[in-house]
Amino acid sequence: MMDRYQHWNVFAAVGRVVLLLFAATGRLAVFMVDGVSHCVRPPVYWRLILQQMLQIGYFSLPVVGLTAFFTGAVLCLQIFIGGSRYGAESFVPQIVVIGITRELGPVIGGLMVAGRVSAAIAAELGTMRVTEQIDALTTLSTNPMKYLVTPRLIAGVISMPILVAIADSIGVFGGYIVATKTLNFNGAVYMKNTANFVTQGDVGSGLTKAAVFGFIIALMGCYNGFNSKGGAQGVGAATTNAVVSASILILAANYLLTSLLFTQ
Amino acid sequence: MNGGAKIELRGVKKRFGSKIVLDGIDLTINTGDSLVIIGGSGSGKSVTIKCVLGILHPDAGTIKVDGEEVTRLSGRKRDEYLRKFGMLFQGAALFDSLPVWENVAFGLIQGHGVDRARARDIAIEKLAKVGLGPDVANLSPAELSGGMQKRVGLARAIAADPQIIFFDEPTTGLDPIMADVIDALIASTVRDLGVTALSITHDIASARKISNRIAMLYKGKIIWDGATKDIDNSGNPYVDQFIHGSAEGPIKMEVRR
Repeated sequence: MMDRYQHWNVFAAVGRVVLLLFAATGRLAVFMVDGVSHCVRPPVYWRLILQQMLQIGYFSLPVVGLTAFFTGAVLCLQIFIGGSRYGAESFVPQIVVIGITRELGPVIGGLMVAGRVSAAIAAELGTMRVTEQIDALTTLSTNPMKYLVTPRLIAGVISMPILVAIADSIGVFGGYIVATKTLNFNGAVYMKNTANFVTQGDVGSGLTKAAVFGFIIALMGCYNGFNSKGGAQGVGAATTNAVVSASILILAANYLLTSLLFTQ
Repeated sequence: MNGGAKIELRGVKKRFGSKIVLDGIDLTINTGDSLVIIGGSGSGKSVTIKCVLGILHPDAGTIKVDGEEVTRLSGRKRDEYLRKFGMLFQGAALFDSLPVWENVAFGLIQGHGVDRARARDIAIEKLAKVGLGPDVANLSPAELSGGMQKRVGLARAIAADPQIIFFDEPTTGLDPIMADVIDALIASTVRDLGVTALSITHDIASARKISNRIAMLYKGKIIWDGATKDIDNSGNPYVDQFIHGSAEGPIKMEVRR
């Protein structure tokens, strides 16, 4: 008896998952449009934007700087090892700089900031949601989207490129240190090769990516925090979801952006 | 003192998924009234208030405030509309990132565009009205006790001189003495400011002190509505059971074993 209906359950389950996915995508899209549209509708909360830039950008500097340094260092070592098999060791500075500026600076920086900032935003807004602080904003004639979400989105889009520009420099410097201290490169030649090789396009595309990642990081933090429910556990789930979804979206967006920016 | 209808709910319905929370609420609150909605946990009291504030949209029915339909307001009109309200939340819902005075002044600074220095003066004046000295102004909400948080919440609710104040479970989580202090504070605030008040509570002693009218919400409907002094002679078995806090009666708690 049951066997006859078993395969229907599979369709039902798949259908349910697909519907939930569409519903979630739709909700996210509506949330995003609402958040972005407040950028151009007064009042603009400048103080909050600056405060968030401090939170998202400035306080992420140590972690992003350290990551970039070691990424540049290890990239230098690996390229040296790989290059030496073809006698191409001299290309180390060139490859380090394009590797860092195009890919590793924005992506690794983005993932680190996703872990740090998406989680913090989701936890903060999630707690505000479950303690009714977000409803309280509404009763004080303040739009919570405009007050909480929009400043974070703007701050994310502005801070990340600045952060990644610094990370790029530190990453190249990490490679330089390893090359000159352990691989016997001449420092002046290394720097000259780096500077001559890198183009505006390499750096610019990386910074474009960074802006998009900054948006994703802030959006996922806000969306998950804003929609959290059910007390401490709900806030915990929102935080996890924010980091996971931001990280996945960063990697997916990175592929899309790379194929758009580099294949003309 | 009592005027015409300030808030009017007609056939308001709201469901979450398959769960019907409000099943056709009809309720009129006159200007200057202090109405308390009583009802068990999960009977839809909070949802009713959130529908009036437009935080939730009812599925059916109309809500009129000052004769104006408000369920579909948006943008600037909604901001304008919300300026009529002040609300004291159950857990006070103070912004923990801001000091006490900025919490109280929040609506003035953000919603009414008052400059910060002046808003601070008003905040300190409102804090005095709820019995808190200026020394509290610079503390963070986390440093306050539950009763003090409620007072700050009340100061915030009255800061922008609203016409209507909502109280969501004002005495929940307070000791009996502090609960009485808060009740007295609410009663005097409502009387002195001449505002219209709508409270929700399941604390019947508190309801008696702060209201002149009581309505009982049960299974998504208003099943009784009358003057506070008549509540002991309501002739309604549901109300009787509720105000006596008895497990025996027509209201069966849905306890699953």
